[in-house]
Amino acid sequence: MGIGLLILIVLGLAGCGFLLGRQRALSLVEGDARRLHSLPSYYGWSVLLFTAVPALLLTAAWLFLQPTVVAHRVAASIPEATVTARGGLDLVMTDIRRISEGLDLIARREGLDTKAVAALGTDTALKERLGAVGVAAGAGSDPAVFDAALAWRETSAGLHRAMTIAVLLLAAAGFLFAFLRISPALRARNLVEQFVLVLLISCSLIAVATTFGIIASLVAESWSFFRIYPASEFFLSTVWNPKFGGGSQLGLWPLVWGTIYVSLIALAVAVPIGLLAAIYLSEYATPRLRATVKPLLEILAGIPSIVYGLFALITVGPILRDWFAMPMGLGASSSSVMTAGVVMGIMLIPYVSSLSDDIINAVPQAMRDGSFGLGATQSETVKRVVLPAALPGIVGAVLLAASRAIGETMIVVMGAGAAAKLSLNPFEAMTTVTVKIVSQLTGDTEFASPETLVAFALGLTLFCFTLALNVAALVIVRKYREQYE
Amino acid sequence: MNVMQIAERATATATAKMTARGVQVHYGENHALKDVDVDILAGTVTAFIGPSGCGKSTFLRCLNRMNDTVASARVTGEIRLDGEDIYDRRVDPVTLRARVGMVFQKPNPFPKSIYENVAYGPRIHGLTRNRAELDQVVETSLRKAALWNEVKDRLQAPGTGLSGGQQQRLCIARAIATAPEVLLMDEPCSALDPIATAQVEELIDELHTQFSVVIVTHSMQQAARVSQRTAFFHLGHLVEYGETGQIFTNPRDPRTESYITGRIG
Ligand SMILES: Nc1ncnc2c1ncn2[C@@H]1O[C@H](COP(=O)(O)OP(=O)(O)OP(=O)(O)O)[C@@H](O)[C@H]1O
Ligand SMILES: [Mg+2]
Repeated sequence: MGIGLLILIVLGLAGCGFLLGRQRALSLVEGDARRLHSLPSYYGWSVLLFTAVPALLLTAAWLFLQPTVVAHRVAASIPEATVTARGGLDLVMTDIRRISEGLDLIARREGLDTKAVAALGTDTALKERLGAVGVAAGAGSDPAVFDAALAWRETSAGLHRAMTIAVLLLAAAGFLFAFLRISPALRARNLVEQFVLVLLISCSLIAVATTFGIIASLVAESWSFFRIYPASEFFLSTVWNPKFGGGSQLGLWPLVWGTIYVSLIALAVAVPIGLLAAIYLSEYATPRLRATVKPLLEILAGIPSIVYGLFALITVGPILRDWFAMPMGLGASSSSVMTAGVVMGIMLIPYVSSLSDDIINAVPQAMRDGSFGLGATQSETVKRVVLPAALPGIVGAVLLAASRAIGETMIVVMGAGAAAKLSLNPFEAMTTVTVKIVSQLTGDTEFASPETLVAFALGLTLFCFTLALNVAALVIVRKYREQYE
Repeated sequence: MNVMQIAERATATATAKMTARGVQVHYGENHALKDVDVDILAGTVTAFIGPSGCGKSTFLRCLNRMNDTVASARVTGEIRLDGEDIYDRRVDPVTLRARVGMVFQKPNPFPKSIYENVAYGPRIHGLTRNRAELDQVVETSLRKAALWNEVKDRLQAPGTGLSGGQQQRLCIARAIATAPEVLLMDEPCSALDPIATAQVEELIDELHTQFSVVIVTHSMQQAARVSQRTAFFHLGHLVEYGETGQIFTNPRDPRTESYITGRIG
């Protein structure tokens, strides 16, 4: 029985449970719903939940664990000689998995039974037949591997049957338990409430767990990087010079500096313009003007960053070079920190302005009235009352913009170039952490080399960076909250 | 309250500080105030009474052009302060509001410290020359608003952290720190306990020697206690306006009488 069918059966049972549970609750009180503790549908829900949720959870857990269990069992049966001959257990297991998948496909396509599949082992054309279903397996001719693949299929099928039975039993048990439990005094409403609570908690746990999973994978790969490359070099060296042949210098600082420099320029462009635009829109503009300008600004936010990148490459870069960099004798490169920073700033304007506008609008009108009533002008009111009241939110908006600036890649590639440099000259080409993560991971070097693994260490650094930024934001916001609320 | 006491209250034969003639206010389609004529006398406490929604706050907001901040509001008619039309194009509403201060119906302290709340007006109008003078103004204003003893040890605490009644007194202190010529108070005591109410009434009594006070109130007793003149509004009309004693003891309009005796409202 396929997984889809199994789930459908469970859901169907649960649906019946809903109807029957509701029915039973009503019939227990002879149709007088007022004598029930909860509304009749809550009794239906309780049966539905008890039927579906444990069974579906079991299915999910089983599917998650099954491959590990199968692999474990099959691995134990492979002769030591085969493992060494084929270059390690991992490779052999990959082959076995592939071949067993291929055998599945062949069996399904040609309608073979188990015996006929086992007979394939002696078929000299096995390799071609596997190739015909899209599985490239050179090891298929090795009898040990083929036997293991057969064992894999068998174990999987057995476990699958066991799962089907277990899930159906569990669903039926849940159904009976919840159905028989129904009585007019049963607090079905509270039961459903608790189920909802558990559901909500598990969803938020998934979010948290994913975050931890991401961190864990970053840390694990960074760890293997630091085992083959000295951490002191990475953190203290000021030279970034990866070489394919080995002997690279992978100093972090040129990249971090590039990131900070570009982000600072971007924020210097985006924060004043965005904030002032927000103040104009929310405090001065007529409602009609606001209704047209705000969507226009938000269109800017919808432009993909690669388009901004093009804008940087063909417009802003050459202009900055011809009008500023060359006359001032600061360089002749059209890729520069300035180009990327300015364009990124333009990209961030709508973020800052749109968020700040909402925040400023949330300041109660009574605050403004109080200030106007004391004879303050509009700008005094904005400066002394509205902005301080909106400050925590504005700080949040700016930090959101900052983390976007730090994570932006496309504009930097196209606007600032790819040369890692430690320089103060804003008209020189530089690069950022994110750009280097991409280029190191997509480079030609082998995965286990420091040149590739450094990407994870960089990612971890970036993560710590934005984490620190967020914590700082939280502290600032909390401090002002205390002062202003 | 002793009726004779009210009737005999001396009303200063003062000149008109503000005069309103034929004031109409529309909020979009809603005709909220219809043809109101009122003289606010100098050095006098004027009370506005009337049932909820009759336009008291609306009229009060006309007197310092706070209705300018309401997009849908349209004010017509003529209001003069010391003979000068305040809706004239040459009049700056900002300076007008510094001269005609306001305490709002709902307390609205700024999200700043208590000190900064009171110092707000003096700061923006440059009323004091140094910090010591400012401290002095803050203290006097808080004392007048009967708040000083409660907050003198925590002037740097946020004003929004005070209780509702304390916040309202803070707003009163904030308004008088700006030293206006006319003080408009929209139900200043609606959130106050009897003791604080008495203190605010005392303050109003003290203030009217220096400037005109206009107070909106739902308490007949309060109107009778603190005011020299009373205006009764009903459904956007000014029904009756005269000396407090006369309004409370001998109203000319039957609607006024019904309201005062509690039959409408
Ligand atoms: N900002 C506004 N926009 C639209 N209509 C308003 C506004 N303010 C007041 N109104 C309307 O004007 C009329 C008078 O309101 P106003 O606030 O002056 O009443 P009030 O006499 O102060 O009442 P209360 O004693 O309840 O404070 C009401 O019908 C009200 O709905
Ligand atoms: Mg009112």
